[in-house]
Amino acid sequence: MADPMKIRAQMKGDAAEIRVLMSHPMETGQRKDGAGKVIPAHFIQSVTVTVNGKTVVDGQIGTSVSRNPVFGFRVKGAKAGDKVVVSWVDNTGDKRSDETAIN
Amino acid sequence: MDMLRRTILKGASVSGVLSVALAAGVLKPGQVLAADWNKSAFDSKDLDGAMKGLGATAATESKDIVLKAPDIAENGAVVPVDVASNIPNTSELSILVVKNPFPLSTTFHFSNGAIPEAAVRLKLAQTSVVKVVAKADGKFYTAQKEVKVTVGGCGG
Repeated sequence: MADPMKIRAQMKGDAAEIRVLMSHPMETGQRKDGAGKVIPAHFIQSVTVTVNGKTVVDGQIGTSVSRNPVFGFRVKGAKAGDKVVVSWVDNTGDKRSDETAIN
Repeated sequence: MDMLRRTILKGASVSGVLSVALAAGVLKPGQVLAADWNKSAFDSKDLDGAMKGLGATAATESKDIVLKAPDIAENGAVVPVDVASNIPNTSELSILVVKNPFPLSTTFHFSNGAIPEAAVRLKLAQTSVVKVVAKADGKFYTAQKEVKVTVGGCGG
């Protein structure tokens, strides 16, 4: 299990701004280690954001997203106190889900 | 999801319908279940293949797509890219890095009040055009910008 995500969810005007920092190596499968062996690909494939149980963003991710990915989204109709859950699944089947409340 | 899978697996009649849909090109293999990772698009090594995988080969240029990326990125490993679409009913945004080994980097679907915009940080292997594809009402729109990279983000 990977390290927890850092999620910040704040009301800005009439929309909630959600920013997530995930802890993940995002290996592309293109790099080689010191001995010249290819480091196998290991990257997040899907990201889902829900607000109060409703999916707002459903994302598919490839290898060209940076290590320790950061994503930012905005959601209308959300309000302070709503529960935000962010989940990801990587290509090895590893997954993680974290939650916070909008403030 | 499991129920759906059962239904699909169960009846020969149902799978008959599915294969007709496949043959007609309505459903592409791999898109039968919406939650599936779009392997054909993400595994494409060139822009054309990725666009085909997205179904966006007929995308038209649009000024209503906002693409914010630096003109010059000193570090190709972390390039902040902000995308947004002002096209009504935008449901999907994809970002492609044309010169990367696998151009398609992200596809986001928006629903339930999410504004069609996203802030991400991408890896750029080399100086490349960054392309955004927006899907609205079943049509595809695109915008692009070149980002110069002084140090690449891939390779060792």
